[in-house]
Amino acid sequence: MATVKTLIYLIIYPGLLFLFLYSTFVEWYDRKLYARLQNRMGPTHTGRFGLLQPIADFFKLMAKEDIVPERADKKMFSALPAFGLAIVFTAMMLLPLWNYSLDKPSVTSFSGDLIVVLYLLSLPTFIFFLAGWSSTNLFSTIGGARVLTMLFGYEVPLFLAVLSPAVLANSWRLAEIAAFYRQRPALALVNLLGFLIALICVQAKLERTPFDIPHAETEIVGGTFTEYSGKKLAIFRLMMDAEMVVVAGLLATVFLGGFPGGPLLGLLNFIVKTLFVIFFLSLIRATTSRIRVDQVVSFAWKYLAPLAIVQLLIVILVKGLLS
Amino acid sequence: MKFQIPIGPQHPALKEPISLRMTVEGEVIRDADIRLGYNHRGLEKLAEQKTWIQNIYLTERICGICSHSHTTCYVQGVEKLMELEPPKRGLYIRTLVAELERIHSHLLWLGVAAHEAGFDSLFMYVWRDREIVMDILEIITGNRVHYGINTIGGVRRDLDAQQVQRILDSLAILRQRSEYYKHLGTNEPSFVARLAGVGYLSREDAIALCAVGPTLRASGVPMDVRKDDPYAVYDEVPFEVCTADTCDVLGRTVVRIKELFQCYNIIEFLLKNLPAGPVAVRAPRRAKPNEVVSRYEAPRGENIHYIKSNGTDKPERLKVRAPTLGNYAATIQMLKNGFIADVPLIFAAIDPCICCAERAVSLVDARTGQEKIISLNSLKSLSLKLSAGNERKREAEWPL
Repeated sequence: MATVKTLIYLIIYPGLLFLFLYSTFVEWYDRKLYARLQNRMGPTHTGRFGLLQPIADFFKLMAKEDIVPERADKKMFSALPAFGLAIVFTAMMLLPLWNYSLDKPSVTSFSGDLIVVLYLLSLPTFIFFLAGWSSTNLFSTIGGARVLTMLFGYEVPLFLAVLSPAVLANSWRLAEIAAFYRQRPALALVNLLGFLIALICVQAKLERTPFDIPHAETEIVGGTFTEYSGKKLAIFRLMMDAEMVVVAGLLATVFLGGFPGGPLLGLLNFIVKTLFVIFFLSLIRATTSRIRVDQVVSFAWKYLAPLAIVQLLIVILVKGLLS
Repeated sequence: MKFQIPIGPQHPALKEPISLRMTVEGEVIRDADIRLGYNHRGLEKLAEQKTWIQNIYLTERICGICSHSHTTCYVQGVEKLMELEPPKRGLYIRTLVAELERIHSHLLWLGVAAHEAGFDSLFMYVWRDREIVMDILEIITGNRVHYGINTIGGVRRDLDAQQVQRILDSLAILRQRSEYYKHLGTNEPSFVARLAGVGYLSREDAIALCAVGPTLRASGVPMDVRKDDPYAVYDEVPFEVCTADTCDVLGRTVVRIKELFQCYNIIEFLLKNLPAGPVAVRAPRRAKPNEVVSRYEAPRGENIHYIKSNGTDKPERLKVRAPTLGNYAATIQMLKNGFIADVPLIFAAIDPCICCAERAVSLVDARTGQEKIISLNSLKSLSLKLSAGNERKREAEWPL
């Protein structure tokens, strides 16, 4: 029974199949929302309300010619998309959706899995950097350098913002943090500032406007992905969509009380809460313009990092008052 | 580590082919070089083979955005050569279309600038509202891009009271929307952070490098052909020359948005004071031997046409100096010591209309770097000679 459960967990929900379908849905949701905010229609043609458009795009790209540049590091260039996808899908496994018990740590839910998820979500950034670097294209190289420069800006505030709820809940385990805030919903309000900081940092991590600097179309063409085409580009795009789902799921677990109610009700919870987070991400994307890479770093260290430390101090004070 | 980045001839930031070569150190530009000649169309030579009337439609096709600017500039010159005096009503309508064109061009520019800065929402909104002014132009002239309204001695179509009312109604909507864009363009923090202090061009440099139009006015020089050397009916119309003193891309945005409001005022004045009478006078077919320089304030700056006649029904020489050409020297100055991220914005801020500015090609020997002038026929025979022994490449095959 446990083996069947694990197989379902790995392959169907929340594993490969669900994550693939849900990330295409999330891409549709983001595109549609972004388009409606800009007074456009967004995808309408493929499937009902254009729901199948991201899947159609995926398969179209899979069928396109796949070119590897002559001077690129060919092995690295080809392996990176697969590595990236695997990393993001692994991170998804660690979110406490179902198949875990609060009392008994297991492979998918253990003490410290919060740190592991954060670590796994840092790796895609390096994948992007390596992808840009191994392409040997001038625009990709600049894109890759920008990816790393941005990383120095947003990573520290993000960690501080995500770890402060964990400090209040007195646990490094995602399932326990979520359960803590489910029992005391009023305490989730303490982390409001941290939630806002995390939203902005996550926007930077996902490289979306105003932080779409590494692949700023009007400046450096395709940026890190200039040389990628066909299958590899399709996988990179799927990876970025999946990363959005995982990141939204992480924020929902840490700040919004997780996904209680077993497989079915938990699924509903998961969808509602991640779409809630992604709604804000789309809103930020529609209402801002791209900033420069030096502005990202100074913004992150002048405002985000101090505010994240303030959030940590608030959490420590509240914790002192409670005990 | 210094290296060169090629922007163009094909690049997403450029809507037309031009080559900008940046020598960069990290993200900072140390030197810039502009190369032209990717879109030469031989318009000036063609004009010498067409009659005065045919050339109106040719000059209209110099630019896809300020098409009216080039015809008006040309027609004004020809009218001076033929010693014609167009009727007042005709001049009013000509000015009206010119100002509507300025609105559509500035709105287009605002959208493009927003897109270059990665602010796609503003881009979509501005271009949606640009449709209003395009519709007005269609009501007046029947066309959206190449209006074909100018003729030698006046204009080709008249306005009626119903059209005037519709234009005034649409204008009220546009004015309201522009207020919003003014607020957004000068207050949205991430957008302003991208524009302020970028592409600095001091007042002295702007004058020394012969910048024109909003680029010059944003450096605090109140120079506008409409005020300095009034043509058409600009001496009767009250309006202000808009300037800014920040000397950067933000200033250029502010100048253009301010000019939008001036345009609305001018159009309202023109429509309310439209004189009665005919719209055109009959023009002769020939012009006496003479030469003339015609100036016009296009949305992008001063447009100059030099026309020389020799007594026939064709011009002997037509020379066009499009405003974009006047701004290239200043652009290089603006690009220096900027960031790579700012290149599209700085370049877009002069509102480049690249193929309007293409007047000549030079042939450069790739091995020796020597430039030479060559006739079309010898160029053809040279290419035939070089490709004589080559095998013809196999055509791509349809896979099914």
